[in-house]
Amino acid sequence: MAEVTREAKQKINRIGLETKIYRGAKTTLCAGCGHNAISERIISACYEMGVEPERVIKLSGIGCSSKSPAYFLGSAHGFNSVHGRMPSVGTGALLANRQLIAIGVSGDGDTGAIGIGQFVHLMRRNLPIVYIIEDNGCYGLTKGQFSPTADLGSRTKTGVVNDLPPIDTCALAIELGASFVARSFSGDKKQLSSILKAALSHRGTAMLDVLSPCVTFNDHEGSTKSYSYAKEHDDPVGEVDFVPFFEDISIDYEPGTTHEVEMHDGSRLYLKKLEADFNPLDKTQALSVLHRTRDRGEFATGLLYVEPQKADFLEILNMVEDPLATLSQDKVRPSREAFHSLIDSLR
Amino acid sequence: MGEFAGLAYYGEVPTVIFDVQRVGPSTGLPTRTAQGDILSTAFLSHGDTRHLMLFPSSPEECYSMGLEAFDLAEHFQTPVFVMSDLDLGMNTWMADPFEYPTKAIDRGKVLDEETLERIGKFGRYHDVDGDGVPYRTIPGDKMPAYFLRGSGHNEWAAYSERPEDYTQNVDRIGRKFETARDWLPEPKVEINKKAAVGIIAYGTTHWAVKESRDQLRSEADIETSYYRIRSFPFRKALGSFIDRHERVYVVEQNKDAQMVSLMKLELTPAHVERLHSVLHYSGLPIDARSVTDEILAREEYRVKKAG
Repeated sequence: MAEVTREAKQKINRIGLETKIYRGAKTTLCAGCGHNAISERIISACYEMGVEPERVIKLSGIGCSSKSPAYFLGSAHGFNSVHGRMPSVGTGALLANRQLIAIGVSGDGDTGAIGIGQFVHLMRRNLPIVYIIEDNGCYGLTKGQFSPTADLGSRTKTGVVNDLPPIDTCALAIELGASFVARSFSGDKKQLSSILKAALSHRGTAMLDVLSPCVTFNDHEGSTKSYSYAKEHDDPVGEVDFVPFFEDISIDYEPGTTHEVEMHDGSRLYLKKLEADFNPLDKTQALSVLHRTRDRGEFATGLLYVEPQKADFLEILNMVEDPLATLSQDKVRPSREAFHSLIDSLR
Repeated sequence: MGEFAGLAYYGEVPTVIFDVQRVGPSTGLPTRTAQGDILSTAFLSHGDTRHLMLFPSSPEECYSMGLEAFDLAEHFQTPVFVMSDLDLGMNTWMADPFEYPTKAIDRGKVLDEETLERIGKFGRYHDVDGDGVPYRTIPGDKMPAYFLRGSGHNEWAAYSERPEDYTQNVDRIGRKFETARDWLPEPKVEINKKAAVGIIAYGTTHWAVKESRDQLRSEADIETSYYRIRSFPFRKALGSFIDRHERVYVVEQNKDAQMVSLMKLELTPAHVERLHSVLHYSGLPIDARSVTDEILAREEYRVKKAG
C-alpha cells in the first residue's frame, strides 16, 4: 500500500508515464457532451493500466463520437476513417500487427445505420478491439435526427416522435459472438472506469455501448437518452470491481453473491450480483435481462456478457507474432525453389 | 469503395486494388467482360482525386504488374489500380512460366531514426525532398505517431480547415502524380516506318489488335504501328507516337471511348484531331475481325461481310 501512495504522489503509472502523456488535443465538442466524459475515462483507464501509448491505435468512423479519438492519447496513432467502416480499417491494422492495442470509437448512427454490416462481422469475428459506441440516440453533427438506437416514442427537441423500434447493440453483439459486452453511462464514472479497464484486459471484441447524452439536441423532456432519463432508468445488473494483473489485492465476498472472472491477462473481475441469479458467463441470461429491463422502460448496465477464453480472429487465422512490416524479404517472398515448384505444379 | 479510395488518396495510404472489369449491374451478364471502368477509376472518389492505373494484357503481366503495383503504392503512398478485366480474370489462358522476382521490395519513405535526425522534425505530410512524397511512420514502430483524417490536415498532420493548408495538400499530392508518370510501366511500342496508320490499345484488347494488324497487312496492304498503353498517367511518348502517324485508331472495349477521354486531358488539339475510336462493347471479348472491319471501313475499303 505504501508503494501505491508514493507512486500517486509522483503521478506516474506503473510504466513510469505521467497522465499528460495520455491526454489528447483540446475537445471541440459541446460543453457537457457525454463523449468528453468518456474520453476522460479512457485517459484514466489507459493511465491506470499502464498501457503503452505507442502500441495503441485509435480508430473511428464519422460523427461527433468519431472526432473524439483526437482528444485522448495524443501520442498514439489515430485513424479517422469512413462513416461506419472503422471495423475494416481496424481489422487490417490488427492483421498487419497483432501486438497493437486497438481502441475504436463509434456512434449509434455510425454503428447502427451505415455501419451495421461491418459491425455484424466485427462481432462474429471476435477481433481483439475495444469497440465503444458513444450512444446518444441521435445524429448530433447534423442537428439531432433520430439514429437507429433511438427508443420508440422518444421525442426530438422539435417534437417529432420516433415511430421505429431501436436496435439493441448489446443484444446484437452477444447474439453475434462478441466475447465481452457491456453497457454503461457516461455519467457513471466508477462503473465505466472498471468496465474500460476490464475491456483493455480482454482479448477479443469488447463491445461497450455507453449512453452519452447529446446536450445540444437530445437532453430534453421526452427524450429517453437525456441525462435525467439515464439517471432515473439506469438499472445495473451488478457492481463491477476490477483488479488489474499487476496489483496483489484480494476481495472478500459472501459465497453466492459475486462472480469472479479471470481475464486473459490475469486481471480479475468481481461482479457483485444485483439481479438475482444473473450470471455474465451465460449468454441466454444476458439476453433475457436485456429484454426484461427494456420491457420495464429501463436499461441494464454493467458487464452483460463475457467469455474470457474465446479464440480471437488473429488466433483463428494463425497470424505471425511479428508485425508484417518488420518481416524481412526472405520471410515474405518464397524461395526460388518453392516458387519454381509452384509454377511447375501449374503446368 | 469510392470513399475509401479517396480516403487512401488524401490520407496517403499505400493500397493496391485489382479491378476485374465487367459489364454493368445485373445478374448473369456481369459474367461478361468490358473495359468500362477506366474513367470512373481514374477519378474514383469525391473531391479532386486522380489515381495511378496499370493495364495488364496477359496472366504474365497480371503477375509482374501485381509486384510492381505494390512497390509503386508504397513508393508513392497512394492507391494503385491494376485494371484487369473479366476475360483475363476468369477465363482460361495459356501463359509462360512466371519469372522469379529479382528486384528488392520497395517500401518507400518509411521514417527511421537516422532520417529523423537528418530532417529534425517529423511531419507526416511535410514534403522534405520536394518530390511530393513525405515520410511515413507505421503504428507500433516506435517512431512518432500521427492522426490520419483524410484531407483536413496541415503538413504536420494536425487538424486544419484552412484554405491554404488544403490547397497545399492538393497541389503536393498532384506533384506526386507527376513524379509517378515516369516510374510507371512503359508502353510497348512497335514503330513501322512505312505506316501512316497507328493503333493504340490496352489490356486484353491487345490480342485482337495483334491479329488485326496481320489481317490489315494481308488483306489490304495496310501497314500499322502499335502503341500499347500500360499505365496512367501517360508517358510523353504517347504524343510523339501520334505525331508520327496520320490517323490513329484507339481500340477499346467500352461505349464512350473512355481512354480517349483521358488522353484528351493530356494531349494537344492537333493530336486529338488524329484520333479515331474503334469500340466494342457486346460483353464478349473483342475479336480481330471486328477491329479489322472497322479500320478498313474508316480507311475507305469496301468490307465484304461474311454470309
